[in-house]
Amino acid sequence: MLHTFPKGGIHPPENKFAASQPIEVLSVPDIVYIPISQHLGVPAKPIVKRGDAVKIGTPIAEAAGFVSTFIHSSVAGVVDKIDKITCASGFPQDVIVIKTSEDVWEDSIDTSPDFVKEITLNSEEIRARVLQSGIVGMGGATFPSHIKYQVPEGKQATALIINGVECEPYLTADHRLMLEKAREICVGIEIIKTAISVSHAYIGIENNKPDAIELFGTVVKEFQGISVVPLQVKYPQGGEKQLIKAVTGKEVPAGGLPIDVGAIVNNVGTVYAVYEAVQKNKPLYERIVTVTGKHVTEHKNFLVRIGTPIQNLIDAAGGMPEDTEKIISGGPMMGKAIPFPQAPVTKGTSGILLVPSLESQRQNMESCIRCGKCVSACCVGLEPYIIMTFAERGLVDELLDYQVMQCIECGSCSYVCPAHRPLLDFIRLGKQIVRKQDKK
Amino acid sequence: MNETILIPVIVLSTIGVLAAVVLYFVAQKFKVFEDHRIDEVEAMLPGANCGGCGYPGCRKFAQVFVESDNAESLFCPVGGNEMMSQIAEHLGKTVSAQAKKVAVIRCNGDCENTRKLTSYDGPQNCRIAVATFEGENGCSFGCVGYGDCVSVCEFDAIIIDEKTGLPVVTTDKCTACGKCVEICPRDIIELRKTNKKDLKIYVACMNKDRGARAKKNCDVACIACTKCVQVCPHDAIVITDNLAYIDDEKCKLCRKCVVVCPTTSIIETNFPPRKVQEPVSAVKE
Repeated sequence: MLHTFPKGGIHPPENKFAASQPIEVLSVPDIVYIPISQHLGVPAKPIVKRGDAVKIGTPIAEAAGFVSTFIHSSVAGVVDKIDKITCASGFPQDVIVIKTSEDVWEDSIDTSPDFVKEITLNSEEIRARVLQSGIVGMGGATFPSHIKYQVPEGKQATALIINGVECEPYLTADHRLMLEKAREICVGIEIIKTAISVSHAYIGIENNKPDAIELFGTVVKEFQGISVVPLQVKYPQGGEKQLIKAVTGKEVPAGGLPIDVGAIVNNVGTVYAVYEAVQKNKPLYERIVTVTGKHVTEHKNFLVRIGTPIQNLIDAAGGMPEDTEKIISGGPMMGKAIPFPQAPVTKGTSGILLVPSLESQRQNMESCIRCGKCVSACCVGLEPYIIMTFAERGLVDELLDYQVMQCIECGSCSYVCPAHRPLLDFIRLGKQIVRKQDKK
Repeated sequence: MNETILIPVIVLSTIGVLAAVVLYFVAQKFKVFEDHRIDEVEAMLPGANCGGCGYPGCRKFAQVFVESDNAESLFCPVGGNEMMSQIAEHLGKTVSAQAKKVAVIRCNGDCENTRKLTSYDGPQNCRIAVATFEGENGCSFGCVGYGDCVSVCEFDAIIIDEKTGLPVVTTDKCTACGKCVEICPRDIIELRKTNKKDLKIYVACMNKDRGARAKKNCDVACIACTKCVQVCPHDAIVITDNLAYIDDEKCKLCRKCVVVCPTTSIIETNFPPRKVQEPVSAVKE
């Protein structure tokens, strides 16, 4: 019996069309737009100005607070301006616009393809390097990683859990990375283990990626204290708390952090970025992005420079299919429709999904029939149908009684609702109402 | 035969009398004192329970009014000054008169002045839409027009104009309770002082972007050109964050700013037509 989390969950069609496509390097665009806010927390502070020449890997914005991180130039060229454009988040953000010239790397970066296994840095140095390299959680939440590796006083990390689940349908970026960079990822795991001083790491991989499970099964034998945990296919297993429950059987308390049960969770993309930062001194300026969709002619996994307009990726994947109605940044479940295809790729962009008109339309909302499907689908154990009603009426006390703040916004409730009720939208509204009340 | 009916009557009457005596003493012992004036004040209040006074419902307001030593800070915007002075007289307290206010929609980004760049198919709810993206017309400060203010108004004072897609406040019905101000996620509704004949001058824009970007999204956006500040003889206009604001306390309704505004983002309502029309038309072109 394979491990999984016990409560709720759904299994939407996987549609992992791009799973067999090797990672391709996307050509460098003429202009990149690098947002200064690509992470959770305080936006970074630009440290370049118009006319400055930058190389690949030059820091262009510095951490402006505790929950903040560095941002590096992804191209060599000249800073054109600092502008405000609509980003993939749907909101206008400050971006550093850089006009590209020929690729020149910062001297400190090791650009050779050699595999480096020996770890020379200690825990303190690793954390500093992670901050200097601007590494954030690359599963989509974009939480600055150096904070995660700083285990709070009085807490003890006992297990490092690596998230290779990729439970979102369509997306294959992590899957391809695991297949192509398995040894590097294992070294990355060793580095993080040193940073947080734990002895054992678990790699959670869903059973729909048998090739990755098999590959890691052989690669981890070269290393000490890493084991592969095959997991049953279920959405949202990639959720931090769900993954901890599935792998270790421990439940993170409501309102608590994974460290409360001694766990630290990292995405495989993040682990690979840590490997590159520590072993190759390469800051986070590129990432893997899946471009896919039902009617896309060529499904692709690209290695993309941060700041590349999403339009470039779509063009490189055979162009936009005619009946595309929505472009989603991320996966179909938790991703977000973007208003303009010129929006740039950020550190958290795991995929670009082109949705045809037939699938993108919302159906008409009907009355709730109290079937309870949303309740059984909820992986946290909430009652979405009633939370929606409370949010509609703005009842703060009831929202808190029904633990609205514990929702991880996975969207399973909206997915299963036979009456097509926008449950998640209203749960988000409920959270908004509670936060507003808290501020008062 | 008489005893058959007599005994139950006597027993029941005794129980009744005993119960009455016990209940009398219990009632005396656990008597809850409530000021009768609270009921009287509550009867004088509008009974809308809108929360515009800052208290949950009219009864709580009445209670606070009766119990407070200083009633100066209390005000029911729905009842207005007249009702407040009546209640104060009844209780022998003093209240301070406050200027009547009315809700004003500070956005004029209708379908003609802005262009629809994207489309939104989520729930028709302003707060959800605003938390999702910048808005269909690309302005992240203006009205999105899904009518949260309409649904929250207890007095039917706000409707969405079908032509423009923007909310319109009926001044006569508006009681300045402030519910719409609170619910609007973009803070475009403001309570402003009313003037004679419902004359109003205000900047119908909330766009804090720089001029060029603001103008790109909306033809009638404030671009912070400072022309209105220069022309205002009463120092009533200030510009903060690339946005002009007219102080309703200082404004003397001279209408000089309306004429000079190059984007017509300053709006005048209910004024008689101007004698000389040329400056307005010249600006509009």
